[in-house]
Amino acid sequence: MNAMVQEKDKVATATATGNSAIQRTPEYYRLKADAEDFYYRESDLLDERRFREWLDILADDIVYFMPIRRNVKFGQHAARENTKQGEGMSWFDEDKWTLSKRVDQILTGVHYAEEPLSRITHMVSNVQIKAVRPDLDKPSELEVTSRFLLYQNRVEYETYTFVGRRNDTIRITESGWKVARREILLEQNILLAKNLTMFF
Amino acid sequence: MPQNEFDKLVDIDKGFVSREIFVDSDVYKEELSKVFTRAWLMVGHESLIPNPGDFFTSRMGEESVILCRDKKGEIHVFLNSCRHRGMKVCRYESGNTSLFTCPYHSWTYTTDGKLQGVPLYKTLYDGVLDREANSLVSVAKLHNYKGSIWATWDKDAPDFLTYLGDAKIHLDQALDCRDGREGGSEVIGVHKWVFPANWKFAAENFLGDTYHNPSHRSVDLIGIGPSAAAGKKGRRDDELEKAQHVWISFPQGHGVHSALQPEANEYIESFMDNPILEEYFRHCFEERKKRLGENAKLLPFVGTIFPNTSYHGRQPRGLCAWHPHSPTSTEGWRFFLVDKDAPTEAKDYLRRYYMRYSGPAGMTEQDDMENWLYATAASTGTIARRYPFNYQQSMGAYTTDHQLGGQVSLQITEQIARGFYNRWASYMRNAGWDELLGASAQNRQAAE
Ligand code: FES
Ligand SMILES: [Fe+2]
Repeated sequence: MNAMVQEKDKVATATATGNSAIQRTPEYYRLKADAEDFYYRESDLLDERRFREWLDILADDIVYFMPIRRNVKFGQHAARENTKQGEGMSWFDEDKWTLSKRVDQILTGVHYAEEPLSRITHMVSNVQIKAVRPDLDKPSELEVTSRFLLYQNRVEYETYTFVGRRNDTIRITESGWKVARREILLEQNILLAKNLTMFF
Repeated sequence: MPQNEFDKLVDIDKGFVSREIFVDSDVYKEELSKVFTRAWLMVGHESLIPNPGDFFTSRMGEESVILCRDKKGEIHVFLNSCRHRGMKVCRYESGNTSLFTCPYHSWTYTTDGKLQGVPLYKTLYDGVLDREANSLVSVAKLHNYKGSIWATWDKDAPDFLTYLGDAKIHLDQALDCRDGREGGSEVIGVHKWVFPANWKFAAENFLGDTYHNPSHRSVDLIGIGPSAAAGKKGRRDDELEKAQHVWISFPQGHGVHSALQPEANEYIESFMDNPILEEYFRHCFEERKKRLGENAKLLPFVGTIFPNTSYHGRQPRGLCAWHPHSPTSTEGWRFFLVDKDAPTEAKDYLRRYYMRYSGPAGMTEQDDMENWLYATAASTGTIARRYPFNYQQSMGAYTTDHQLGGQVSLQITEQIARGFYNRWASYMRNAGWDELLGASAQNRQAAE
């Protein structure tokens, strides 16, 4: 738990400075292009409602986390702005079993909050690789930050726009790239939507 | 609106409630002034403000309030608006402070609500501005009930326990420890979200609308309960499997769905996903039986304390406040509860279960929100408004001499909803507290 918090703080610091520590070499840009490509394919899977295939690109030990963002006093943001993974209530703090249940539920055809299915588009941008393990020549795990814009239109008139940041750990495995950890920072305090039936 | 209009909108004897009360903006405005300024409203929980100087911003009706523990440890609830020009004096969700400093002209208020600092007090106010009279506006009454904090703006309101009446032992089931000790709960997090539906859809849902079960078919098919990984379908535990369910309408407008265990009152294995939890909850069940004896047979399900506080007594345990935003928009707040001294493993399990079940990200309640939205939206039309909602289910199928008090039904019933809207109409007619607490019509006429 502590290790994870520290890890997250590190990523947050890097995001705050806007400067990745990694040298912008041709290898970096190649890897970044691969990461972008991975996200575009992921967006296709979700927007084309290929939910089972989406589950396949999640690591079996995935941590999928969306904190609640709170209005706190200046100086308290690092400690108190976001609810914490592994503690108390967030919007999502779950594993692959739960995500699979969410997919199963949509595929019952009687999950009325997604029946009829919503129309959803994921836009992913501002992709930056913040860390590569063990190194750029032979990468097996990446820390990648990005921005998302998720547009949902539901039935006739319902529309919602979700905008925020994602902090991902991506694992490069023999069976392809897998999301091993995803932190989703939605830029809202009180959720301005009736439901979060979509995947981020 | 003329007073008797409300009796036309709510026709309990025939079992009709006009759609106007769910969509009309005049009715809504009157609700804010007649219901939300008088009834007891739940504003939070003491575990959110454990230390002197701790505050948590909450709501009563449409308005922002500050729940705050002062320097001496006493709890207060204030309107979150400066007495000078109305600026919100606190825009943080929670925290600890010794003063609330107004951002506009810098008046400051102490944690017991007193106006302390007024810039240029001597020069511009001749040093005579009455500080006492310009304190933050405080609620008229406040009550800490087993950790949950309730308040009302009406100084003539009865004390909270009188208001709660016989619904008390049902609400207790949400607030007491799983092993039967009184109180002892803590809030482990709050969900807040806005959904486009009238607030009464949510309140009515939790009164005990068990009839809407089919809308949750999708979660029941896949299984998300505490034995789901072990292959069990459904969305909850099975503890009420052998119980006699009861649906009760209380004269104050509250309604609950609870259950009475059979004579033997045996524990039913419910947490098959995790042997440690199974052991823990079995232990709690047995302890509770020892502690409460016969009374342990009562187990909770859901309920609504009039007008807009609901609870889930078992899984996912917590309190809800349905804050009105507009006739067709509501801000839902869910305070999730666990026993403060529950083992870490149990707390961790419960929070995960609450998250996958409840609120806008919850697999069960997403379907509720869908229904509330489209039921509201499809009732706004000119033609739609001519046709009242039907509340004729289980008419007359209740007894008034049950040990649990109120009107007890042993089958799924809309009697609770009829009771709720009947009382709602009393508030809208500006009835006196005798009637609001349920004095019978005859007594009322005698008094008039
Ligand atoms: S509005 Fe608060 S000091 Fe003027
Ligand atoms: Fe429901």
